[in-house]
Amino acid sequence: MPGASKFERLACASNDWIQVMVEGQPVKVRPGDSAAAALLAAGQSAARTSAVSGDPRAPYCLMGICFECLLEIDGVPNVQGCMVQVADGMNIRRQQGAPVLNDSLAAGVPA
Amino acid sequence: MQATSHAARTADLCLVGGGLVGLAVGLGLQRNGLKVTILDEGDIALRASRGNFGLVWVQGKGDTLPDYASITRHSARLWPQLAQRLQEGTGIDIELQQRGGLYLCLSEQELSARETLLLQMQQQVGDDYPFQRLDLKQVREFIPQAGPEVAGATWCPEDGHLNPLRLLRALTELFVRQGGQIQNSGRVSRITPLTRGFRLATPQGDWHCDKVVLSAGLGNRELAPQVGLSAPLIPNRGQVLITERVQPFLHYPTGHVRQTGEGTVQIGDSKEDVGFDSGTTTEVMAQIAARATRMFPLLRDLRMVRAWGALRIMTADGYPIYQASTQHPGAYLVTCHSGVTLGALHEGPVADWIATGDLNTNTNTNTNTNSYRFPLEAFHARRFEI
Repeated sequence: MPGASKFERLACASNDWIQVMVEGQPVKVRPGDSAAAALLAAGQSAARTSAVSGDPRAPYCLMGICFECLLEIDGVPNVQGCMVQVADGMNIRRQQGAPVLNDSLAAGVPA
Repeated sequence: MQATSHAARTADLCLVGGGLVGLAVGLGLQRNGLKVTILDEGDIALRASRGNFGLVWVQGKGDTLPDYASITRHSARLWPQLAQRLQEGTGIDIELQQRGGLYLCLSEQELSARETLLLQMQQQVGDDYPFQRLDLKQVREFIPQAGPEVAGATWCPEDGHLNPLRLLRALTELFVRQGGQIQNSGRVSRITPLTRGFRLATPQGDWHCDKVVLSAGLGNRELAPQVGLSAPLIPNRGQVLITERVQPFLHYPTGHVRQTGEGTVQIGDSKEDVGFDSGTTTEVMAQIAARATRMFPLLRDLRMVRAWGALRIMTADGYPIYQASTQHPGAYLVTCHSGVTLGALHEGPVADWIATGDLNTNTNTNTNTNSYRFPLEAFHARRFEI
């Protein structure tokens, strides 16, 4: 886990801090931050690895278009991190490749 | 950039329309040694080639016209060679996969009707028309995730799919590398038959060519009558949903749902008669999603990331028009709904017919040499005359 983030926080109205977990490490963030911003604040540049090539991908547009900041948030995979506001205790992990679909629903006929 | 020269430019042959149909024909014409220019309308065009589903589909096609079944199957057989040529010529893998495909049915009634249709086709075209009726247990041997509401499916080993956007890019690159010109000249406003050849008027000046091929999709409606042909085409809207990427689970394409090489799931097969509106509607998207989740319940947990509408280029009977103008020799019409499936036919027999007039081609596969006669007569527009 890289310690120092390349991103510097600008002064803003909020003086509150809440704590989220990024890749298992506690990180202090502001209540209005997005999960993608929390990841960057934690010094992580890669949000995910490509489902096709495995290459690292970083948040790019931060406005919901590019799908490069996909994260696993509180156990839910493939979430656009820039579109989700942090909440106290939120558990943020990087999305490693494409998730496996849970197939507990196809039951009904003996295979 | 402004067009400064007003002298007409020349080409052996102009294709009007640079979608999947025009590009495939263009490559085949280049193979025949012609200097080809594509005049493309540009980004304002309806562009069916950017909205399609990507199936290379055989089963059930041509139930009322055996010649359509024949050209469809022939094109499917030619596809591996064309895919290989595109890969070698451009480095682009179009993700062609032809391991067979399934048409899932959600009721016994639908499944029986589908089986009846395919049995009739088998009788019409001969015993080598391959298909199999599967019950749910057999479907799950192909796709374990099929849901309990699936009554069964029809399976055809000749079905497949590819990545249509990679295909469009590969065709474009190879065409240009082989010396083809693509002019995004705007809409061809007028085609004037001359004593020899044709003059095509575009917003960026005129073109002169010996031969002209209309491959302009729905735009053929206005252009065909200018060269003594007719293209009674009807727009038919299909809406498509795209999901987030997930690990591959769907290893065979189905008629309604397929998983792409990047892991997204593409869902479609809606049909609407709404004129020239290529938008999307919540109602139809909901219907598409509901049917797909009945087929594959695990899709319920997937997020949709994109949706679009696109216009199919349909004739009254759903079959293509391939026709040479007798009134103005040198003008041809090539229009169809299945630009992906028939792509290899367009690059092969259709282009050879336009270039040489010959309907017989010999195709060399790895195993043997087959001669094939392109059944041109079946696709004449006279069948729409009352």
